Amino acid sequence: MLKLPIYLDNNATTPLDPRVLEAMMPYLTEVFGNAASRNHPFGWAAEEAVDYAREQIASLINCDPKEIIFTSGATESDNLGIKGVFEMYSQKGNHIITATTEHKAVLDTCKHIEKLGGRVTYLPVNAEGLISLEELEAAMTPETILVTIMYGNNETGTIQPIREIAKIAHKHGALFMTDGTQAVGKIPVDVIADGIDLMAFSAHKMYGPKGVGALYVRRKNPRVKVTAQMDGGGHERGMRSGTLNVPGIVGLGKACELCKQEMEADTQRLSTMRDRLERELLTLEESYVNGSREHRLPHVANISFKYVEGEGLMMGVKDLAVSSGSACTSASLEPSYVLKALGLSDDLAHSSLRFGLSRFSTDEQIDYAINHVKEAVTKLREMSPLWEMFKEGIDLNSIEWAEH
Amino acid sequence: MAYSDKVIDHYSNPRNVGTLDKSKKNVGTGLVGAPECGDVMRLQIEVDETTNTITDAKFKTFGCGSAIASSSLATEWLKGKTVDEALAIDNMEIVEELALPPVKIHCSVLAEDAIKSAINDYRVKNGLPELEVAKSHH
Repeated sequence: MLKLPIYLDNNATTPLDPRVLEAMMPYLTEVFGNAASRNHPFGWAAEEAVDYAREQIASLINCDPKEIIFTSGATESDNLGIKGVFEMYSQKGNHIITATTEHKAVLDTCKHIEKLGGRVTYLPVNAEGLISLEELEAAMTPETILVTIMYGNNETGTIQPIREIAKIAHKHGALFMTDGTQAVGKIPVDVIADGIDLMAFSAHKMYGPKGVGALYVRRKNPRVKVTAQMDGGGHERGMRSGTLNVPGIVGLGKACELCKQEMEADTQRLSTMRDRLERELLTLEESYVNGSREHRLPHVANISFKYVEGEGLMMGVKDLAVSSGSACTSASLEPSYVLKALGLSDDLAHSSLRFGLSRFSTDEQIDYAINHVKEAVTKLREMSPLWEMFKEGIDLNSIEWAEH
Repeated sequence: MAYSDKVIDHYSNPRNVGTLDKSKKNVGTGLVGAPECGDVMRLQIEVDETTNTITDAKFKTFGCGSAIASSSLATEWLKGKTVDEALAIDNMEIVEELALPPVKIHCSVLAEDAIKSAINDYRVKNGLPELEVAKSHH
């Protein structure tokens, strides 16, 4: 029996994998020690668990366990990476390059940097959501200390050309950071092969618990350092003070281990399911995929349905937990800045749905979702004067709309 | 956002969705709103010219649940009313009937505008002077 509503908002957060919870449980109960307590077995047990988690994480992204700095999540990691590099490398320069489609955790941190006197270049993206390598190259200056471009986009799933971006950054003597929140655990991310110097990611996007994440900070070739943004006991090699969230870290470690084991099978299954969902929904006239279909995370589909209004559409698909074109700021009626950066008009951005599949998504759920969305879009279009005009061949731009 | 039961009812079972023949002299059409604002309402009335009574009303709306419900409700109310009675419909009556929250009051305003605009279209077609639409507070 299908349980409603169906959760298809896994770019927002994923459910906790029961195997992750199982791994965490002892550290929420009897193994409660502080990983920084060096004098007794309670502390040692906690430290051992943390060290093991570091290895599990390092194995997923191909780094040294010592290069993992635990944080409260990707937002903190983005803050620590960007602000930490800005402070640490202020002697070298004050210029940072990022893109307009980054997560707010990066964009707002960059705005903060500008207030501190830094200079930030926000690269535009093309209709597929990809930055231009030529524009990146042209934006590099001797003062550029950091290029920070996300791995996979949270709204469209678009994957940036990470290796090429890293090469350009390094050629000009800058560090390369990436927000890997949506990519780590979903597609192969190899910090050495990719040339990544810093990477933010989070447990709760890969079937781990909320409230824990990490910042990968390269230790050699080059040795990267970030200025701590939190003062205190000097944990995490002095880069992030605060008692370690041992159960959370254990959960992150286990989540990484499972993602590594199951990545190939999950990718295969989810991309097949996603492609079917997309193919079926695109049989509706005037529906469009947002973002690159070639360079894309396997579990994400973002589709706009022209001539239906976004809020009405969300109401019509009440049996699905999905995000609309106002993702992340759903409280406001502002259309998604990510979709607008791709060149979408406000109405097309509003009438988009983002589907994020997970390890726990089933074919039965996808079947239901396909029919549910088709019915809602069809019904709303039958009710839509714009659809009727479109069908009559009237150019909507030729109409003088009443001021509103 | 939580919708009231009445909004959900009108959204799920909209009354009088459709199109009247706008070329007919006794049909008035009002098209208000704009696509980029996220609401477009088209409301039509068919008037019995001898009794000045609205015999039929249809709507099509591109918009949120509250906009759809406001226009659906408006068509229900219009049927059987005289044109003068229809002109007296106030947006706040729609707000009350549908229990619209403050952020959705503009949907009711749009519905009132659509009624007045349809009536004006009917008047102009029948050689009557256009009435000034008093409300445009948005």
